[in-house]
Amino acid sequence: MRSSEEPVVALRGGTATLGARPVLRGIDLTVARGEVVALLGANGSGKSTAVRAVIGQVPLTGGTLELFGTPLRRFRQWARIGYVPQRTTAAGGVPATVREVVSAGRLARTRLRPMGRADRAAVDRAIATVGLADRARDSVDALSGGQHQRVLIARALAAEPELLIMDEPMAGVDLASQRILAATLREQVAAGATVLLVLHELGPLEPLIDRAVVLRDGCVTHDGPPPRALGQHALPGHDHVHPHADTAAPVRTGLLS
Amino acid sequence: MEFLDYAFMQRALIAAALVGVTAPAIGIYLVQRRQALMGDGIGHVALTGVGLGFLLQSNPVWVATAVSVAGAVAMELIRWYGKTRGDIALAMLFYGGMAGGVMLTSLAPNGSNANLETYLFGSITTVSPSDITTMCLLAGFVVLVTVGLRRQLFAVSQDEEFARVTGLPVRLLNLLVAVTAALTVTVAMRVVGLLLVSALMVIPVAAAQQVTRSFLVTFVSAIAIGVTVTLSGTVTSYYVDVPSGATIVLITIGLFVVLTALATPLARKRARKAAAERERCTLEVEVPTARGASEEVPA
Repeated sequence: MRSSEEPVVALRGGTATLGARPVLRGIDLTVARGEVVALLGANGSGKSTAVRAVIGQVPLTGGTLELFGTPLRRFRQWARIGYVPQRTTAAGGVPATVREVVSAGRLARTRLRPMGRADRAAVDRAIATVGLADRARDSVDALSGGQHQRVLIARALAAEPELLIMDEPMAGVDLASQRILAATLREQVAAGATVLLVLHELGPLEPLIDRAVVLRDGCVTHDGPPPRALGQHALPGHDHVHPHADTAAPVRTGLLS
Repeated sequence: MEFLDYAFMQRALIAAALVGVTAPAIGIYLVQRRQALMGDGIGHVALTGVGLGFLLQSNPVWVATAVSVAGAVAMELIRWYGKTRGDIALAMLFYGGMAGGVMLTSLAPNGSNANLETYLFGSITTVSPSDITTMCLLAGFVVLVTVGLRRQLFAVSQDEEFARVTGLPVRLLNLLVAVTAALTVTVAMRVVGLLLVSALMVIPVAAAQQVTRSFLVTFVSAIAIGVTVTLSGTVTSYYVDVPSGATIVLITIGLFVVLTALATPLARKRARKAAAERERCTLEVEVPTARGASEEVPA
């Protein structure tokens, strides 16, 4: 991390509304080159809106946003950004193979020209990185939830981006896939990638994270080292509701046994 | 094969083949976006164009083309800006288009709604040589777009938000799909009719995907199915003397049913195999700690 370089993401005083409701109320979010930043917060805290504003999918009503030192309005180098949206499926209305879906990510580099040998190699590497090389020719309809998420990540990696932006990549992902995702991310970070992640809890990615930005009601309430306590339980915005608390394990007081 | 001796049948078969190629070629992107009924909406709007053609006493095909392109662009704009009330706006566009067509036709000097029927349900044997030229030009454009831009259109139709973040001109591509769909509707209008045109955009794709796993194979198979049903439907209607549009659509549905019946046991077999594989893995990993382990309350 060289401090002389401009940050990869620089959002200052960002405000945004959904309908009439203010969702972001002046947030600052900077990500330096090579950093892994987690955006944490309870549901409705504005963390998804914040990343979607960073990639220009939610219009900012105020504040400034620069990507790689260029104001968003003039930013055109989208191939430098790999985006993993929050989805439960990689499938559409027509069957498609893993390779076909992942190849769509390469369009950030090829745009309107046909795919060359280097492009196909990049797609193969992306599929291999998430451990789906043996499923490349299978229909995405035949995959499990965690494998869908891996396809979406491979699609983002196919453009060989410098900045990875992921919206809840661990939501609904089985343990085996979580481990593979964590390993993929570790590899990318080791290779110099910058990562901005939306997470509900730190979970298995915790050791990778350099800095956590915690949102609450559209404001930043923490920006610094990741909260050390147990995952989301440590977050200021976390309400302690445990719907299963009364039906799960019986309370062992020792008096009855 | 004596039907090949007649010039009207030669034209009919050329027209049928053009529709068989173009309708599934653009339809696959509509199905992928889960907007299978968009073609139907454009067909309704095109009717106003046909009526306007009668009223102005010019070629209804060209006027219908212009009006349906305008209608498709309007639908795309409603999709961008309409948000929650979008479906109501679309409904008004569809039924307004239909009513406008009937009204304009009855106002036309020598028009009666009997003329409309040719366009509503198709009349393939009345296709003129100049119609064929028009259809070839429009079909050429449709093929150029749907094949030449297949990777870009695939990306936009699969995940629009992701496509925007890759920097693709998503709005332009969406408009191009809408315009291409509108042109396809007017190509198919004389063959299957405006009310049945959507069937050829959707059902060959639905039939193909019963047995396919990739987008490319689905694309090619849907076109193969499209050409097969339009040609066989046209020949059938020559021998049996039934309307071509209805014949083609019923054959397509029949083919869909057959392919579904063939594919279901295949899919079951695949699912059983996958399930068996999963079971093997589970046994290897979990046999030693079988049962009880997961029920135990951690101390």
